[in-house]
Amino acid sequence: MSQPFPFSAIVGQQAMKQAMVLTAIDPGIGGVLVFGDRGTGKSTAVRALAALLPEITAVEGCPVNSARIEDCPEWAGPRSGVMITRPTPVIDLPLGATEDRVVGALDIERALTRGEKAFEPGLLARANRGYLYIDEVNLLEDHIVDLLLDVAQSGENVVEREGLSIRHAARFVLVGSGNPEEGELRPQLLDRFGLSVEVTSPRDVETRVEVIRRRDAYENNNTAFMKTWRKHDTALRISILAARAQLPKLKTPGSVLHDCAALCIALGSDGLRGELTLLRAARAQAAFDGDTSVARKHLKSVATSALSHRLRRDPLDEAGSGSRVARAVEEVLP
Amino acid sequence: MDPLSPWERAEMAISVLAVNPTGVKGLWLRARTSAVRDRITAVLTQLPLPLCRIHPSIDDTSLFGSVDLAATLASGHIARTSGILSSPAAIVLTMAERATPGLAARLARTLDDTGFCLIALDEGTDDEQLLPALSDRLGLFLDLEQVGWSDCAEIMLDTDRLALARAALPNIQMPPSALETLTTVAASLGISSLRAPLLAIATARALAAWNGRKTVNEDDLHRAVELILAHRGDAPQFTPEDADEAPPPPPDPLETEAETKRPDEMHDRTPDEILLQAARAALPADLLARLTAGRASGAAKGSGGSGAVRKGNHRGRPLPSRPGLPGSGKRIDLVATLRAAAPWQPLRRQGVNVGPKDILHLEIRQSDLRIKRYQESSDRVLIFAVDASGSSALARLAEAKGAIELLLAQAYARRDHVALIAFRGTTAELLLSPTRSLVQTKRRLAGLPGGGGTPLAAGLKMAYELAAQTRARGMTPTVALLTDGRGNIALDGTASREQSEIDTQKLARALRISGLPALIIDTANRPQPNLRVLANVLNAPYVALPRADAQRLSSVLQAALGD
Repeated sequence: MSQPFPFSAIVGQQAMKQAMVLTAIDPGIGGVLVFGDRGTGKSTAVRALAALLPEITAVEGCPVNSARIEDCPEWAGPRSGVMITRPTPVIDLPLGATEDRVVGALDIERALTRGEKAFEPGLLARANRGYLYIDEVNLLEDHIVDLLLDVAQSGENVVEREGLSIRHAARFVLVGSGNPEEGELRPQLLDRFGLSVEVTSPRDVETRVEVIRRRDAYENNNTAFMKTWRKHDTALRISILAARAQLPKLKTPGSVLHDCAALCIALGSDGLRGELTLLRAARAQAAFDGDTSVARKHLKSVATSALSHRLRRDPLDEAGSGSRVARAVEEVLP
Repeated sequence: MDPLSPWERAEMAISVLAVNPTGVKGLWLRARTSAVRDRITAVLTQLPLPLCRIHPSIDDTSLFGSVDLAATLASGHIARTSGILSSPAAIVLTMAERATPGLAARLARTLDDTGFCLIALDEGTDDEQLLPALSDRLGLFLDLEQVGWSDCAEIMLDTDRLALARAALPNIQMPPSALETLTTVAASLGISSLRAPLLAIATARALAAWNGRKTVNEDDLHRAVELILAHRGDAPQFTPEDADEAPPPPPDPLETEAETKRPDEMHDRTPDEILLQAARAALPADLLARLTAGRASGAAKGSGGSGAVRKGNHRGRPLPSRPGLPGSGKRIDLVATLRAAAPWQPLRRQGVNVGPKDILHLEIRQSDLRIKRYQESSDRVLIFAVDASGSSALARLAEAKGAIELLLAQAYARRDHVALIAFRGTTAELLLSPTRSLVQTKRRLAGLPGGGGTPLAAGLKMAYELAAQTRARGMTPTVALLTDGRGNIALDGTASREQSEIDTQKLARALRISGLPALIIDTANRPQPNLRVLANVLNAPYVALPRADAQRLSSVLQAALGD
């Protein structure tokens, strides 16, 4: 099976799909956190997203997928300047990956055999202009998390080690998934994710049967299945591209800014990142809906995923914060 | 349909695996090394995939391949090794219960691709389990603990029949109703993962092919449920929350009645098990911090604010590097390597013809290689051993729960793991294995009923065993014992105050000898002198749980009610 499961064929899980599409429209939203039970299609959705996204244009052979020849880092050596199109990178960051593999390190192979001091790019370089996917993000070792935070914030990876001094662009959308039963995520990392969604297994038998039916068709009747769903995926890709073009032209009325601030004050979310992400996500949603200006309904539809993980919370509080956001939305934005 | 005997089940599972290894994704084989297990593993050679054995501490180099450093240095050319996961294979993971989350994540990622199957040989005892990331993905499950040598015969799979079945597999028809049946059964068994019905479908197809049928029939579905779904249904995380063991909590006894009636009088009216809400409790704010500090002055082993020190190759404060080969997670210390090689350069160059370009070569031998070492602090585990006996429940179990919640909040701030043991009746019970999920801990704590005798010794014993296990996993355990100290059940379950006292003392000494930090919180109405003695034996701090201030509590309540 060379092609991943089609994105549009994923049954239900609207919040997760919406969040992923929004980051595809505006990568500046800053990442998606997907928390939920096992076997709910978290990994499937991320892999499907890779196939769904439009291709990017990059300099051939550039280790950080630069869009222009002058953006290529010096250490990568001279480039031909030929532009190629390639799929949007979606890079897996496995648990237990060493720091060298993530940030890159001295190319020991070249150092020992040819005596050259060269840099071997890591996963962060490959993820530039694309997605970095961390499965079981809550089990990731703390020092890797710190490192990712730093890079995700600055958009630049700085390597100062083993006699190397290298920097390169590393702008990527973090997608993390995990199972909350196995451990929680540090609040500092939570806050860096733009959107967070909770997924649960579908509870009614009909939906479950539909999931199984599609998956079975994908595995045993691949050609026909892909043919059916490719149309849907293509339509979705076209609307993502249209939304990207629409995004800069969107109007943002002052009343929406007021709504953003009022909502965040009502929820007592820390810092201003909540407002900014909320607005960005609402803009992306408006662009996706084909509207010309942002409205309250867009805010409402993205509020839960943009704010639920930013609330100051009692570590012993069992109730999900999603319902608190929903309640506040009801009160503040009637 | 008759249920299968364990060995018939094993035979059927192996045939399914041999017909469609990549569809059912693999086998979780729970058994110690034995002749019975060998009979199963012997058949694995019949799988249509190359077999690879791996062990839990395998490194990325062997899994994914990389540069072979020693060979590269010796030959002067780049020599690469190919990884196990670079081509489709049947992977046999020995001692699967020891697999780290990192390895499980890598293997899970591999299993999500096609072409692989995993046979996890789980030799774990009760406390060790295959990680759920893997057990959720592996279709088949066999437990051979109950199978004796006399029950099992050699498994012979007919090669021709296998070949026919594999060829027929892509064309097996599946009635649409069968999909619904399997999904519904999985849902009604409480299996929330949607992988399970998919694996059951693959199994039903394989069974039909194996039995020479073109269409999946009722029997295949039955067997698929038995092989794939049966063992998932009773996974503890899906047991209904509101089990009928919990009668509604009685009104908080400690404020209303305990003041006026002696515990003995109340004992007659107690139901066997009562469930108490956590009550407000007052504890010193920095109890956990004080605990480690106290150990540091008292015992030589203690260390500052974090867990015990561990040497490793990954992280922490750097230590001097030492000779060794990089790989298996060890990193080369380049500067130290060059420094080690430098003095030998003139000597080594004498024997070598310098090339025409006259480039200055560095002659590095394997013996020069140095690897980095770090010193790190390991994760801490806070083991709560909670007395939930009748005497304790009536007196102050609610307050004890409140105290634990306070400690939990402190543990959360310090990123500690938490485990929960309750002892009552005649035995101790592990309610929660070490976890960082506070929500889960709190849920278990809220559902902790009280009643019965006080098996203090059994509680200590389980705490001791759990501490030993977590220590073996590289964590640093601390035991917090919450009891009213009136132990009256001995280790063997007999009701004897004297024997219980002897057993408790014995275990306390064992805990102290193993150097485990401990903490005793006295939850009795009046501080118990014998607990103070026990604390001395344990070399542990002793805290008598202070009484919640009833006066203040009620005034706060009144203010809240606007009265």
